[in-house]
Amino acid sequence: MRRVLVGVKRVVDYNVRIRVKPDGTGVALDGVKMSINPFDEIGLEEALRIKERGHADEVVAVSIGPDDVQQQLRTALAMGADRAIQVRTTSAIEPLQAARIFLQLVEKEQPSVVILGKQAIDDDNSQTGQMLAALWDRPQATFASKIEINGAVAVVTREVDAGLEKIEVDLPAVFTTDLRLNEPRYVKLPEIMKAKKKPLDVLDVAALGIDLTETLKVVKYEPPSQRTRGVMVKSAAELVAQLRAKGILQ
Amino acid sequence: MHAYKAPLRDIRFVVHEVLELGAHYRALGRDDVTPDLVDSVLEEGARFAEEVLAPTNLPGDTEGVHYENGVVRTPAGFKDAYDKFCSDGWASMTAPAAYGGQELPASAQLPFAEMLCSANLAWRLYSGLAESAILAIDAHASDELKSLFLPHLASGNWAGTMCLTEPHCGTDLGLLRTRAEPNGDGSYRISGTKIFITGGESDLTENIVHLVLARLPDAPAGSKGISLFLVPKFLPTTEGRPGMRNGLRCGSVEHKMGIKGSATCVMNFSDATGWIVGPPHTGLASMFTMMNHARLGVGVQGLGLSETSFQGALAYARDRLQGRAATGAKQPDKAADPLIVHADMRRMLLTQKALTEGGRMLAYFAGQQLDIAHAHPDAEARRDANDLLALLTPIVKAFLTDAGMEVTNLGVQVFGGHGYIHETGMEQFVRDARITPLYEGTNGIQALDLIGRKVLGSRGELVRKMAGLIVDFCGTHSENPELKPYIAPLAAMVREWGDLTQFVVAKASAGPDEAGAAAVDYLQFSGYLCFAWCWARMAAAAQTHLAASDSEGDFYRAKLATATFYFERLLPRARAHAEAMKSGADNLMRLDAAHFAF
Repeated sequence: MRRVLVGVKRVVDYNVRIRVKPDGTGVALDGVKMSINPFDEIGLEEALRIKERGHADEVVAVSIGPDDVQQQLRTALAMGADRAIQVRTTSAIEPLQAARIFLQLVEKEQPSVVILGKQAIDDDNSQTGQMLAALWDRPQATFASKIEINGAVAVVTREVDAGLEKIEVDLPAVFTTDLRLNEPRYVKLPEIMKAKKKPLDVLDVAALGIDLTETLKVVKYEPPSQRTRGVMVKSAAELVAQLRAKGILQ
Repeated sequence: MHAYKAPLRDIRFVVHEVLELGAHYRALGRDDVTPDLVDSVLEEGARFAEEVLAPTNLPGDTEGVHYENGVVRTPAGFKDAYDKFCSDGWASMTAPAAYGGQELPASAQLPFAEMLCSANLAWRLYSGLAESAILAIDAHASDELKSLFLPHLASGNWAGTMCLTEPHCGTDLGLLRTRAEPNGDGSYRISGTKIFITGGESDLTENIVHLVLARLPDAPAGSKGISLFLVPKFLPTTEGRPGMRNGLRCGSVEHKMGIKGSATCVMNFSDATGWIVGPPHTGLASMFTMMNHARLGVGVQGLGLSETSFQGALAYARDRLQGRAATGAKQPDKAADPLIVHADMRRMLLTQKALTEGGRMLAYFAGQQLDIAHAHPDAEARRDANDLLALLTPIVKAFLTDAGMEVTNLGVQVFGGHGYIHETGMEQFVRDARITPLYEGTNGIQALDLIGRKVLGSRGELVRKMAGLIVDFCGTHSENPELKPYIAPLAAMVREWGDLTQFVVAKASAGPDEAGAAAVDYLQFSGYLCFAWCWARMAAAAQTHLAASDSEGDFYRAKLATATFYFERLLPRARAHAEAMKSGADNLMRLDAAHFAF
């Protein structure tokens, strides 16, 4: 069976204005709308399209986290994933740990393609996909804006600093999605109803034998500093002088 | 123009925390309708309303519908949104599973209906009538008609209408003249003119199913001689496809104050083929299956417009800098403070908020009763729910649409002169709302229905049932000191409602004009009481939550503050209605009709 494994991370909805907790220990999540990470939603859409084009037989959505993530997995099932896996943990997961968890699932599920978002919009690490490819020792095509599968290879257009880069990778491989890859579909009402009956397996993270010891230490969360009031300058000469004084101009 | 956002948090509060619909669905044997499922449905429904539908609202109002030679074209974007509505399965939300519907309970659909009304009321009317038509056909038509028409109505591929009004008869349907003559093969020839037919013609669907009231040749005069017929625009072929064009045509569309994207049609029937729905001469009763559903639906329209107007006003009041707070500058680094610092702005915004959220609670409660009336295993529970619905339907229809007028007008007022400008979008809500106290029975007719059919007709029994619920609620919470500011006035008011009801019943036998003279004030008093009960219930749920946890504390404290505002600032209006009502009919009837112009 040709299988696509897709990562689905539960994050604060992109429409929500993020607030940092007053004690600086994290972001306030109380009553905040949570959604699928937008890049993961694009990844799921791409997986569904790969299947619809006949290059895969099954799409499996994976999320790591507490039982709350089942809500996002149900949405993934309603979008069209065939089944879902929750790797249950209440610990905060670092990118390397997430990559190790995915590696275990990859060994179990033997996918031909793994698709992850290029980053999650909560911590913006942009590391898990690359780490997974390294651990798995398979090719990676990150920041994809176009994916064409052709038998055992895929031609992927990547968004890079210089513009677009087209590469060919052997499958199985890891792809991470960029914003322009596709526009995710709307969920249909009958699919929401059907999603309840689709399989959602729960694996305990402990059963996977992953070391969840913290290797990254969060010092403090703080909101970006407020923009301070501007100063009106009277002439170009004064502007240049001010810029020099601030060390912006030499 | 603000971007409408479905009030999902408040919807979840009412649905899960106050009405506890999860337990309600289990009691109805619908274990499949879990809170998670409802949340998913509403979240995706919100996405449709916000992203697909809402952007068509203001342009649709500006453009309006086009009529040419019997053909109606809806504004740009309406058809695309409608096609998506159908292909994504939203049209079939409540329709029976046997006809391809999703068969979700009415209460699970009401919040979505609210969102559609907020996003684009004119557009919503096209699909709303199909939902009512499905109910009437499912309840009264033959199996043959059901299997021929219901799958197409459930999918949204065919639309539905209600054809009651004629040029000379609106409220008084006993006068109607449209004729139906038997063809001898079980079908009938329908001839006559119907007006004010919402969606009578449009380019949204491949066929339109008209439910038409008409008289058989042997029909007795008056309202007891009216039968209901199903008359499609295209006669279905044996394969169920739209076939030959039927003998009916849209003669023109009305040029209206609001809902300009909705085609309000004159429909001419000329020997059109139709089939009878239900037994002869019982058409009005069958139509009322549809009508009661539609009346609750109109109440929800008032709610939807209130919500979106409140959102627009709130965003503006937070953003627009004008004047300084009376207590000193709140934003000293800016040229002025936002409008929301001013007491009178807060009066307007809180009035909007209290009426909108109170209306949401009452409408959803009615939705819960619809579910029970429809599907509860226990006959007594079904009867109680039907009784409550009978009483609440005119209140929800009239009180929520009157509230819609007040709230949308306040929305304009918050904007000042800018609210009067078309492009800000606020005046459209007033114009769109203005139809809601008029159609499906004017609010005056709702008040007469309440006082005549419901109160006098049941000899006060329906009022006792509703009052019993309120009294029980007060009893449960009478020991809670935190809730005393809500429970004490509520308990006093429900007693007064009983007294006023007795007063009305006694007065009605004293003179023929007394019931009519009391009707609107009685309905208003009843509406303010129902809202007080809703706000007290919401306050109780908020207080219970706050006593246990401070998670989302601000949300729940806002509920308590709004409840306090309602009880202290809006509920006193009920007093005036009670006094006006007690003054009797004489002050209305004394002046000679010829002397009104003096």
